[in-house]
Amino acid sequence: MTFTWFHRLGSPPYVYGLAQRLAPWCAGSALLLLLAGLWGGLVLAPPDYQQGDGFRIIYVHAPSAWLSLMVYTTMALAAAVGLIWRIKVAHAAAAACAPIGASFTAAALVTGALWGRPMWGTYWQWDPRLTSELILFFLYLGYMGLRASIEDTQRADRASAVLAVVGVVNVPVIHYSVTWWNSLHQAPSVMRLAKPTMATSMLVPLLIMLLAFTLFFVAMLLVRLQAEILRRERASTWIREALKR
Amino acid sequence: MREFLDMGGYAAFVWPAYAVTAAAFLYNWVGARRALREARAAARRRLAAGEGA
Amino acid sequence: MTPTRRRRLILVLGILAGVSIAGALALNAFRRDVTFFFDPTQVAQGQVKPGQAFRLGGMVKEGSFTRQPGSLEAHFVVTDFAHEVTVSYAQVLPDLFREGAGVVAHGHLDRSGTFVADEVLAKHDEKYMPPEVARSLKRRHGESRADTNPPAGSPASGS
Repeated sequence: MTFTWFHRLGSPPYVYGLAQRLAPWCAGSALLLLLAGLWGGLVLAPPDYQQGDGFRIIYVHAPSAWLSLMVYTTMALAAAVGLIWRIKVAHAAAAACAPIGASFTAAALVTGALWGRPMWGTYWQWDPRLTSELILFFLYLGYMGLRASIEDTQRADRASAVLAVVGVVNVPVIHYSVTWWNSLHQAPSVMRLAKPTMATSMLVPLLIMLLAFTLFFVAMLLVRLQAEILRRERASTWIREALKR
Repeated sequence: MREFLDMGGYAAFVWPAYAVTAAAFLYNWVGARRALREARAAARRRLAAGEGA
Repeated sequence: MTPTRRRRLILVLGILAGVSIAGALALNAFRRDVTFFFDPTQVAQGQVKPGQAFRLGGMVKEGSFTRQPGSLEAHFVVTDFAHEVTVSYAQVLPDLFREGAGVVAHGHLDRSGTFVADEVLAKHDEKYMPPEVARSLKRRHGESRADTNPPAGSPASGS
């Protein structure tokens, strides 16, 4: 069975051109959605019956946390594809994911701490959710550190790919930590099989922000992916043409 | 406007949270573009040096 | 899929499975030490080592909050609707502390079985709604679990 699109995705010049063309659109729509989400979340949504206007931190905290998990999963998937099929573009994608995921994991941890202080009464607790998210942050750092420490790109790709795959076990742990164990962090309001436990007027801006953050990640991934592809390519013909654009 | 900035008394937590997130966006925006810029420059250098990039 | 790729796929899946099993075994073995808080039922079952500091989690029982006027020391009951523990705490309570709401307290049991807390954190649920919706819910269900009023004598009630 020939998956033509799959094979094309393994071709560096094809992916480079695709990324170059798609990135601005993703960035532009991310910006529009961000503005809409900020307006909806900060202005239109009513205050919460318990947390008042303090709950509005959710509009930056939850999407950051979502990205931290989604980006790691993407990174691990790309790494696995790179390992199994030995596709350079896949390794390039995994490498591109890491700094994006790490920065939003840090944002999730800090915004979470800022939210926890007034609502729970503490910036930090070693509860299952917070602890496993912190571990995720260290996994990202470890991945980037491992890459940086290995000179040869191919060996760096493979070693860090194993780390990415091993670490992906943490992702379901983070998500289910609040249901599997007693924790301070509450259960999911949106990422659940039942109906969301949030009033629609509050939920809609959150969904917009989730989409906005996701599109921003895709845009940044596509930009970094171009850089990572260039670093791994030796063939001159297509690069010469690509650099003209 | 003042009420908006006050965030119901939670301003000291809400606005820094938004600022930190904005910093993450900025880091990514600047960082990704710089990474591409440098990779392109490096590729041009390799081509000029006749390495076949 | 070529045999080589199949081998690599199996290797990757094997690594994944191995790490998952190792992780599950480790977490299971350390279950008690990994427990973030014990609920009143677990305390009643003696799952906490005597004399040890631990975290107690549950719901603040409605009507159980008392505080001597002029003093910070407060007493309230934490319940999981099967067992109860009386808690005493002498510091400022968090803003979201409410009867009928969740709480996680750190401290130890004294000889009389009262939990002497050195830290009380408010635990809130995953529900978000505007005040009007909460009020209409309360009207429909009477004094519901989602109590919007802080207990009398607690800092947030202004007394």
